[in-house]
Amino acid sequence: MNAHLKPAPVGGPLLNAVTLTAGVLVAVMLAIVAIRFIYGLGAVTHLNDGYPWGIWIAVDVVIGSAFACGGFSVALLVYIFNRGEYHPLVRPALLASLFGYTLAGVAVIIDLGRWWNVWNIFNPWTVNVHSVMFEVAICITAYIIVMWLEFAPTFFEKFGLTEAKRRLSKVMFLLVALGILLPMMHQSSLGTLLVVAGEQIHPLWQTPLLPALYLLTAIAMGYAVVLFESCLASAGYRRSIELHLLTPLAKVMLGVLLAYLIVRVGDVLVRGALPLAFSLSLEAFFFWLEMALFLLPFFLIGTEEQRRHPARLFLGGIALLLAASLLRLNSFLIAYQTVIGVDTVGVNYRYFPSLAEIMVTVGMFAIEVLGYIIITRRFPVLPRGEVHA
Amino acid sequence: MVTRRDFLKGAVAAGVGSTATGAAARETRKVPETAVGLLYDATLCVGCKACVAACKEANGNPPEFSTKEQLWDTPLDTSAYTFNLIKVYQNGTMQTKDAEKDGYAFMKTSCMHCADPSCVSACPVSAMTKHPVTGIVSYDPDKCIGCRYCVFACPFGIPKFQYDSPTGKIGKCELCRHRYKEGRYSACAEVCPTGATLFGRTVDLLAEAKRRLSLQPGSVTTFPRGRLGEAAVPGVKWREEPDQRYEAEVGRYVPHIYGEREYGGTQVLKLSGVPFEKVGMPKLPPYSSAATSETIQHTLYGGLIMPIAVLGLLTWRAKRTVPTEEEAEKNEGESA
Ligand code: SF4
Ligand code: SF4
Ligand code: SF4
Repeated sequence: MNAHLKPAPVGGPLLNAVTLTAGVLVAVMLAIVAIRFIYGLGAVTHLNDGYPWGIWIAVDVVIGSAFACGGFSVALLVYIFNRGEYHPLVRPALLASLFGYTLAGVAVIIDLGRWWNVWNIFNPWTVNVHSVMFEVAICITAYIIVMWLEFAPTFFEKFGLTEAKRRLSKVMFLLVALGILLPMMHQSSLGTLLVVAGEQIHPLWQTPLLPALYLLTAIAMGYAVVLFESCLASAGYRRSIELHLLTPLAKVMLGVLLAYLIVRVGDVLVRGALPLAFSLSLEAFFFWLEMALFLLPFFLIGTEEQRRHPARLFLGGIALLLAASLLRLNSFLIAYQTVIGVDTVGVNYRYFPSLAEIMVTVGMFAIEVLGYIIITRRFPVLPRGEVHA
Repeated sequence: MVTRRDFLKGAVAAGVGSTATGAAARETRKVPETAVGLLYDATLCVGCKACVAACKEANGNPPEFSTKEQLWDTPLDTSAYTFNLIKVYQNGTMQTKDAEKDGYAFMKTSCMHCADPSCVSACPVSAMTKHPVTGIVSYDPDKCIGCRYCVFACPFGIPKFQYDSPTGKIGKCELCRHRYKEGRYSACAEVCPTGATLFGRTVDLLAEAKRRLSLQPGSVTTFPRGRLGEAAVPGVKWREEPDQRYEAEVGRYVPHIYGEREYGGTQVLKLSGVPFEKVGMPKLPPYSSAATSETIQHTLYGGLIMPIAVLGLLTWRAKRTVPTEEEAEKNEGESA
């Protein structure tokens, strides 16, 4: 099979059980979002004075955008480490990223209590350049724009705008470079966001190395999501699987994972936080769960032989996605406790997402599935694969 | 032992940026010389909550209910509608005031007006700012985007958001700065009948707190009420007030001025008879996490040196590997 075959639309019907279900979930989400904008955040969420951020931030934005790192991770491999053989993976990965990030951007707006002021982030007279949130916001916005431009050739192709496509291709190298730099900056900064919270984040997670931990796991997630998505697309669209690419890619992912584990474990040891992992606490439990998930890929796809099984690659990818997601959920929610109310004085705050909050998160996911199906069936994104008989 | 700070320096250089620019760590800022604040002395507090009511009135805040009958303002914690609260510590038989065992005690909760506030460092749009002269940390709803990063960041759990409104704001104590133009200072200090809450310059308040700690418990001394000293905020002349000083017995303090060093210092200082952790005041390091966070940011992004260097590297690589359309077509022609 030729790895440099041009991508082509998959074709086929747009209306099926999957797209229909997704459509219904999206409708439910829109209804909840409408209530949120009319009556306020409290009307649909369980956010409270002790937990100002819930799953709309931790899952939709922080985890959601990390799931969307495929585009950047693969581009890093193909264009920076000059591994051209992975080129067929670029477009589908970029598409998933484009969607993931655009939705994360939308999720931010839904969560902003005073969204009509959001332009202040781009106003040089009001911005606070020392704020980690500012840096995250600017980089995510810029990245979304860069990605739409990177992806524009696909649309130009579809609508026959050859001249525009040609012009854009001249500066594509700059867009590619920016498309790697920007996610590196904000994916690490998503971790740095927690640093200013100081003692309110449990010591098993609070470390000045948070940016490094977040960056490494974001890159690894990028490869994991490609494994996951390629296996799923092959199964769903009954196309042959690109094993000759996925097997070595899985190895790259394990390498990044190993680097992460060295930094993570070393940091916990050096800071002397390890004893806390042996206390009887919710935090300790989630710490070990997170660690176990991070180790799982080594058991699933640790050997070359194992990496040749599509099912194992699929599971290995999922394990890493779960692990890195749990790192984010843990550090943003499980590890967070606002300090007032720790003793006999004051309120002990609790947070568990409301059904409405969960349905919005589910709806976000549904949009992603819907968008992916529509685009891959109608636009030239996936590598042209032989369809199984 | 490795302190967090030492660790940070090593970690940032080793882990995050392989080409760390050697930007200096951003030290925790100090309380401005001219800063104003409050001194709360729990041993003088009688728990009348006059300050809670006065704070509500001064800030136009509605009552909040935690009981079925909804007769009185009964918030359980500070909120976006309650900027000041007296919390009660209770232990065992609750016989002795200001005793840790079998006793009870009060503690005021309101913004500490930190020397190096996390809320200010966190806020992406400068809606939280610290005044360079008074040091007052104030909030501007016209800038605020409602991201609630300040709520997340504050080590004292002070800024709170109005979740019950589609146009919710952040609510927090701004040291009654809106009253200065009438020559009036913090409402909570103004109404306090025992001088448990005092308004004044932080340096004066600190001296007063030290004086109290140096006295023999049970001896009699003079306590000021309302405002301590004449030192004013620039452009403000305080209203005339009668001499409100009175004599009373010195309480039994734990030998600690909360806020003198916590988080690099705060403009609101506290004295207590019960250890501070027991009355909801967190144990904090002598530096601010805002400094830690900004050190990381400055190391990585100071002068945009690192991003530009990395971008240069990436562009140089990408220029060689990303084909323009002409090149792509040529390649295809060749391989065909
Ligand atoms: S106590 Fe909290 S809200 Fe007040 S200045 Fe300090 S960080 Fe900001
Ligand atoms: S909620 Fe408002 S004041 Fe607080 S950090 Fe966000 S923008 Fe700033
Ligand atoms: S200074 Fe004013 S706003 Fe702050 S606690 Fe006292 S009365 Fe309330």
